[in-house]
Amino acid sequence: MHDKTLSELVTSLAGGELSSRELTTHYLKRIQHFDAQLNSFISVTAEQALVAADAADRARAKGEAGPLAGIPLALKDIFCTQGVKTSCGSRMLDNFVAPYDATVVERLNAAGTVSLGKTNMDEFAMGSSNESSYYGAVKNPWNFSAVPGGSSGGSAAAVAAGLVPAAMGTDTGGSIRQPAAFCGITGLKPTYGRVSRYGIIAYASSLDQAGPMARSAEDCAHLLGAIAGHDLRDSTSVARGVPDYLEALDAPLSGLKIGLPREYFGDGLDADVEAAIRSAVSVYESLGATVREVSLPHTHYAIPAYYVIAPAEASSNLSRFDGVRFGHRCKNPQDLMDLYKRSRDEGFGDEVKRRILIGTHTLSEGFFDAYYLKAQKVRRLIRQDFLDAFEEVDVLMGPASPTPAFDLGAKKDPVSMYLQDIYTIAVNLAGIPGISVPAGFVGGRPVGLQILGTHFAEAQLLNVAHQFQQATDWHRRRPALAEENA
Amino acid sequence: MALEESHVRRAAHLARIAVSDAQATGFVDDLNHILNMVDQLQGLDTDGVTPLSHPLDATQRLRVDEVTETDQREKFQRCAPAVENGLYLVPRVVE
Repeated sequence: MHDKTLSELVTSLAGGELSSRELTTHYLKRIQHFDAQLNSFISVTAEQALVAADAADRARAKGEAGPLAGIPLALKDIFCTQGVKTSCGSRMLDNFVAPYDATVVERLNAAGTVSLGKTNMDEFAMGSSNESSYYGAVKNPWNFSAVPGGSSGGSAAAVAAGLVPAAMGTDTGGSIRQPAAFCGITGLKPTYGRVSRYGIIAYASSLDQAGPMARSAEDCAHLLGAIAGHDLRDSTSVARGVPDYLEALDAPLSGLKIGLPREYFGDGLDADVEAAIRSAVSVYESLGATVREVSLPHTHYAIPAYYVIAPAEASSNLSRFDGVRFGHRCKNPQDLMDLYKRSRDEGFGDEVKRRILIGTHTLSEGFFDAYYLKAQKVRRLIRQDFLDAFEEVDVLMGPASPTPAFDLGAKKDPVSMYLQDIYTIAVNLAGIPGISVPAGFVGGRPVGLQILGTHFAEAQLLNVAHQFQQATDWHRRRPALAEENA
Repeated sequence: MALEESHVRRAAHLARIAVSDAQATGFVDDLNHILNMVDQLQGLDTDGVTPLSHPLDATQRLRVDEVTETDQREKFQRCAPAVENGLYLVPRVVE
């Protein structure tokens, strides 16, 4: 059952081959059996899941079920879920039970999906390895010594291990695409504003975007169709019609113009990863696409600009976690300042503190122009690079990450960790969509091909990814977990 | 510009985060490492470039100033650590 894609499960449920209760029970057993090894879940909501599964089965029996009714999935623990702990991977919110659902959750519930629980993540979505969670590191199911990537690493590992057919993630600098690449699954970061951010605990508001993580592009098309669209409760959500993402999947690729940014194939790229990516690109040539080199000249400045803008926004967004309005409260405060300072010291981990301190420093008097304003100007140049490239080609392709998944504990200093996102971060600064699809293995660890399109080109990205998956079977590979009998 | 411990302590105070002496030393090293990387931006000429704060160049939309939410005080207070008579209770910090 767990070898099927979400799309295949949709067909099986619709055809009455299995019920949502059977499916949900199967995945819950797998979580119970395997997650102790992976640590991919923070909360498992078995009881609620079975209630939702039964409701989906009843709706189907009455002929009232939507296309996703009864499909189990998981939610990164950054999405507020009514009545369920929403920790954001932090001690700060270890006791927070959200009183409402995020819009993404509401829409998935309305589509009839069944949430099995909340997945592990880097604390407040800050990290590229999933080692900064208060609930411990997540293991990569392909190799338990390796990281799953971050910050949506719990979602990626759970999908890769077949503990759930799909999961929701968020991507602020690559946090869907990089873990998808490291775990050998398909992950889509939509255009900024395509999916509502209401009820998603904010890290960097001008960069954060939610998206689906699943086995295939077709699965992602199902899920994006359910969650995309305007939301009056999010002032950054875009009022624009949602196309039928499934309808576009089968369009032929003949005539597709692919650009390979030369800056994505330079120093720092693992030679074997490059070989896998170039091999994947050659598949596209065999499908009728043409390939040319393009340039994104300001790529080199994306990480520096991001590490001004994101921490600046984070320092503001995380000010609400002060022990009074939200979050952990220290014991026996001496005065108000002591209450704030100790609550935040005890509640936040080191990576979160580092980013709050950097953000506070760069926004403080005397430094704002040199750092924040400068970074926002560079951001415009980075976005213009993409817009110029899309005048010449339809999509861009390159690696999602310069290396396969690295070992747990391998990145000791923050900057070497930050450099892992070199090919993903600029995409968030520009607000364009990107998808990572499985495209090979290096040393037994998956490699992700990243495909980028212009603003609101999700349908095209899903089509381009789907056609690759029709021609290859990388997305069908699954890690062999010990005692594979659940 | 290299960051000194006084800068870290000032930022920590502004951010309302208690920082021990040992932590402050570690943060000075980390933050300097990060700012050295960030300083690459200074080598790029951005004269005449308009800052980009929203990737779609969108502006904040306004809505009519009218009440749209109903009173949900009881529901929202259920997740608070302590409430009394409809009010949130916080530790006494002012004598």
